[in-house]
Amino acid sequence: MNKIFETPIYGYERSPDQDAPTPVRHQVAVIGAGPVGLAAAIDLAQQGVEVLVLDDNDKVSFGSRAICFAKRPLEILDRLGCGQPMVDKGVVWNLGKVFFDDRKVFEFDLLPEKGHQRPAFINLQQYYFEEYLVERVRELQSEGAKIEIRGRNKVEAIGTHDDHVKLEVETPEGSYTVEADWLIACDGAGSPTRRMMGLDFVGRVFEDNFLIADVVMEADFPTERWFWFDPPFNKGQSALLHKQPDGVWRIDLQLGWDIDKEREKRPENVIPRLKQMLGDDVEFELEWVSIYTFQCRRMEKFRHGRVIFAGDAAHQVSPFGARGANSGLQDTDNLCWKLKMVIDGRAPESLLDSYDAERIHGADENILNSSRSTDFITPKSEMSRLLRDAVLDLSEHYAFARPLVNSGRLSVPCTYDGSPLNSADAMGGPERTRPGSPCPDAPLGDAFLLPKLAGRFTLLTIDAEAPEVIEEDGIRVERLALSVKDDPTLELKRRYLGDCDSAVYLIRPDQHVAARRPSYDENQFRHAIRRATGKEMN
Amino acid sequence: MADLILTPNIDTPDDFYAELLATHEGLEKPESDALNARLVLVLANHIGDRDVLSQALKAAALKEETVK
Ligand SMILES: Cc1cc2nc3c(=O)[nH]c(=O)nc-3n(C[C@H](O)[C@H](O)[C@H](O)COP(=O)(O)OP(=O)(O)OC[C@H]3O[C@@H](n4cnc5c(N)ncnc54)[C@H](O)[C@@H]3O)c2cc1C
Repeated sequence: MNKIFETPIYGYERSPDQDAPTPVRHQVAVIGAGPVGLAAAIDLAQQGVEVLVLDDNDKVSFGSRAICFAKRPLEILDRLGCGQPMVDKGVVWNLGKVFFDDRKVFEFDLLPEKGHQRPAFINLQQYYFEEYLVERVRELQSEGAKIEIRGRNKVEAIGTHDDHVKLEVETPEGSYTVEADWLIACDGAGSPTRRMMGLDFVGRVFEDNFLIADVVMEADFPTERWFWFDPPFNKGQSALLHKQPDGVWRIDLQLGWDIDKEREKRPENVIPRLKQMLGDDVEFELEWVSIYTFQCRRMEKFRHGRVIFAGDAAHQVSPFGARGANSGLQDTDNLCWKLKMVIDGRAPESLLDSYDAERIHGADENILNSSRSTDFITPKSEMSRLLRDAVLDLSEHYAFARPLVNSGRLSVPCTYDGSPLNSADAMGGPERTRPGSPCPDAPLGDAFLLPKLAGRFTLLTIDAEAPEVIEEDGIRVERLALSVKDDPTLELKRRYLGDCDSAVYLIRPDQHVAARRPSYDENQFRHAIRRATGKEMN
Repeated sequence: MADLILTPNIDTPDDFYAELLATHEGLEKPESDALNARLVLVLANHIGDRDVLSQALKAAALKEETVK
């Protein structure tokens, strides 16, 4: 079988930069063509910024790693022009089953809320995810966007200056130097950029090992998420079975701390384990096997002058809850419009500090959630195991205990409460759309709300008057005029008005609410625009 | 904010205590421990109020002067 993660898709090619007499200066350089680096580059290129991506490899993610992508990143990918292929290829699932020892204790339906264009989750191999992003890069290139990926270009040294960054890049044909006004480091959890700049990555290592295997099988397991606590085939540990496209199944098996990783990874040891789990008569083929120790860490600050960290380079979480790539996309979604405005001189450089404030808030929330899941799944003391098992035993009999069962709290975007870019809530509408919130989608007849809010500042009016365009100190805000009548299902009203009769929302390019009031007020909204672009930081 | 009740509140305390012991009767230590853990969770859910639960956790830890 020809695996896509074994085929180069951005192979090395010599660049004229390598023969330039003096280092060529780029607008933005991105280190790393993982999901986060690619998303950053596409976002910037779509906004007309010139961007160079350097990756030491030339292929998509080896093995699938991330498989579970949540609604918010899919909405972000829609704006980046690649949401549809992901959803088309991905597997949608809603049902989960929880097993304890040798019995099923309960099952749950995610019951996704209606009136959203995108499903709550899809399962899709990370290599497809990255492949679609690379295809989008190619499409942008064919449209003339200034975006380039250089494969087998390994960044070996970084020089930071007040107004630019200098990079030493190693290639199969020797090394060269390039410069960039801005650098986004998306070089993963082991970030060499972080190391080269001598920056810390503080947090917690969970003393446990997990065997992660993707197997191809023709089995009639349903499209559900199955999670086992202490199953007979993996005594004292946990296990997960989850479906991906192409008949590929993700299997996670907790192995404990004192193991010989190299030994456990060998097919002759992996296969019997899987047979115990799947049954002797199930035919399967191993696609990818790896062993992980999970960690939760983050950098103290994500922005260091002209170098900005995003994705796993900035923060790492254990995979329970699928918050890694999902949150990395929220990083770039937050960063790129700000960087564009700073590059254009339409906002002060300090706007970028709000990226730090907002995404550190997000990272902490993700770390908290995934640490709690890991603590539940892998109890580390006798008492935590006793309580955990008590929860599971009760969950078989009583509904009350089921919300306490934590096999991963699936990724949801965070609300930037307390962000310096928010204006105080002057409306008292629904909680979920208070300033700082990511806008929830809503149906509008045959269409949906979020695609109409894409990529720029918007003044959303619902049954309220306002000018069609506001220009405030270089920032252009266009109105989107809606009425509760546009949505007969009344979700728009429920999500954006609550008990109010009208509303005016200032919405940022990343679809987070900056301000809201029951009606338009020129001074207040001009002030809110200034605030949302870092011009009133107090 | 609701206050945790730390004054006598069980009607027939001796009966309750006897019932509690009887429930554990004949159990091995691990089974008893598990039962206690389940009991804590059942009671906690009944109380529900997060604030009262926090007060109860503190009271049980005997860390503060809580006995009135
Ligand atoms: C078992 C497992 C399951 C997971 N499941 C999920 C999930 O279901 N959902 C989810 O959202 N996340 C999940 N994750 C997390 C997800 O895989 C990561 O969060 C994601 O890959 C991070 O993307 P990134 O772009 O920040 O970094 P990476 O994907 O690590 O990419 C970093 C890139 O930088 C390049 N690079 C490194 N050093 C240099 C250098 N010096 N010069 C040039 N290039 C360099 C590398 O080649 C690489 O391409 C899972 C992770 C694991 C391990």
